[in-house]
Amino acid sequence: MDTAFPLFLMLLFAGGLAGAMLAMGEFIGPKRLTSIKLEPFECGSTPIGPGRQRFNVKFYLVAMLFIIFDVEVVFLYPWAVIFRDLGVFGLVEMACFIFILAAALVYVWKRGALEWE
Amino acid sequence: MAAVAFYLVSAVAIACAALVIFQPNVVYSALFLIGTLLALAGLFLLLNAQFIAIVHIIVYVGAIMVLFLFVIMLLDLGRDPAGTEQLPYQRGLGIGLGVLFLAELALMVSFGGGLAGAPEGPLPAAFGYTEVLGRMLFTTYLFPFEATSILLFVAAIGAVVLGKRRG
Amino acid sequence: MIVEALIHLVKVLLVIGFVMNVAGLLTWVERKQSAVMQDRIGANRADIFGFRLIGLFHPIADGLKMITKEDFIPPGGNRFLHTMAPFAAFFPALIAFAIIPFGDVLRVGGRIIPLQVVDFNVGVLYLLAVGGMSVYGVVLAGWSSNNKYSLLGGLRASAQLISYEITLGLSIIGVLMVFQTLQLSEINRLQGELLFGFIPKWGVVVQPLAFLLFFTAAVAESRRIPFDQPESESEIIGYFTEYSGMKWGMFMFADFIETVTVAGVATSVFFGGWQVPYLFADGFHFPWGSIVALPHLAVILLQVASFVFKVLFFCWLLMTIRWTLPRFRYDQVMRLGWKYLLPLSLFNILATGVVILALQAL
Repeated sequence: MDTAFPLFLMLLFAGGLAGAMLAMGEFIGPKRLTSIKLEPFECGSTPIGPGRQRFNVKFYLVAMLFIIFDVEVVFLYPWAVIFRDLGVFGLVEMACFIFILAAALVYVWKRGALEWE
Repeated sequence: MAAVAFYLVSAVAIACAALVIFQPNVVYSALFLIGTLLALAGLFLLLNAQFIAIVHIIVYVGAIMVLFLFVIMLLDLGRDPAGTEQLPYQRGLGIGLGVLFLAELALMVSFGGGLAGAPEGPLPAAFGYTEVLGRMLFTTYLFPFEATSILLFVAAIGAVVLGKRRG
Repeated sequence: MIVEALIHLVKVLLVIGFVMNVAGLLTWVERKQSAVMQDRIGANRADIFGFRLIGLFHPIADGLKMITKEDFIPPGGNRFLHTMAPFAAFFPALIAFAIIPFGDVLRVGGRIIPLQVVDFNVGVLYLLAVGGMSVYGVVLAGWSSNNKYSLLGGLRASAQLISYEITLGLSIIGVLMVFQTLQLSEINRLQGELLFGFIPKWGVVVQPLAFLLFFTAAVAESRRIPFDQPESESEIIGYFTEYSGMKWGMFMFADFIETVTVAGVATSVFFGGWQVPYLFADGFHFPWGSIVALPHLAVILLQVASFVFKVLFFCWLLMTIRWTLPRFRYDQVMRLGWKYLLPLSLFNILATGVVILALQAL
């Protein structure tokens, strides 16, 4: 397990460092809670409404498009490393794949889903 | 050694999956689902399928769970909103279907557990590596690969149609 | 067995130490470099026993200040997530450096020690996976603060991050097509070859467009100016408004660590990593014929020094960009990511494919 052990060590030390910083902050600082501090910060004005509200559907669209293009990226990686062996055939098949997804991007673009974010 | 690692990772996966269902806070459920997916990636690594493991993390944990979290936060599902609604005969149906599923699993395991098209003998050493997977994907399985692009295209259109009702 | 484990431990500590120290130094560099660029003195008040040392004690002073500040958790918010969000922001940035090689193999005492913490077969994908995890810190911070504006800031910041992750992934593919491997150690080694006999085959030489795309996307991913709209001082209160003390410090520090990581990856993939031009395993082989033989340890030292120099160069470059360009508006950021960088990176991949096949056919 030549790769597992150093990775595990790295995760352990990075996690330990982050945990130590959190613990230091938690236990060393003072704790003086006043009522003003307990209100959510809205640049000085008193907060109106509950802490969470429903927000725009644009974020959902961006996340969906991200998934789609992320899957495309994931398909491109194995192709990139063996693409020379596949020759022109490989290039053409990947070009078809990319063009279909580029068409998806153009459709999304024209429909205005990429606006005003 | 490998058996110990397998049982450990499987235990983590099962525990996280159980916690997804049984604990009330929705955001915590999403985080436990992330834990389950990471444990599954660990199982893939134990099976020497490194490319699949890391792609599993990139797509599921890095993309799909982000979408889940966005949706949870957009819809403000802080507490357990579906705790009051129940389908008719929900408990009976649930237990019945669970027992059926368990019986099915037991039947499959008792028949040897192997898949019909699995190759015999040991796998080549570089089996889970990117090059081997790529070679198979772009020659033998070319049609499913291109079909995937159509599937993604349809998903993009579907997302925009659902999202932009007024446009 | 024990010696192997010890060697791994030393490497891990070395890498983590390097990253943390450079990130800490960057807090000072940020203030001093901006001061030099803006023709002022900058921070120079912190002193120990009267020695100011051009302000180098400021990172220590900042650290002490942050530890001793009150650790505040908003009462309506989620206590556990509020504490975990800085951890989720800090952790991926730090472990990304596990895969970056800082030298060729070191042969000492009969052992072969690769100067890299872990060498995955799927190396570059590990960087993508870790980059994808960095979104969670932002999203959880915004959510757990029980503050509408924090949530909005967190969602906007994470939308920005995921938009540029695609370009980040696509731009590296061009380099992979040239070097035919996903392993970072192999990519570094292959960049030592010479094109036309005298140009080192660095990633930036064979894929200049990909480097520009990668660098832009990486700056956007690490939320530096010109893309730091989520954390800008004068604009919308961001996802860490309800944080104070060490947790806020961890977010800021995670920012600097991401700067170092971006510098490390850009060096490794595009600028030859530890390669010194014309330096081979036994010494310099200049293209005009002269050969300077060097012992093995000297070669390794030169390689490590070259890596460190390049990483520091990129950190300096990122700082310079920060204090030169104004901040983008959020819709400009998203438009750039989806409408310009994404099509350009797809075009880069296809063009690279055509060029490589054409060169192969000749």
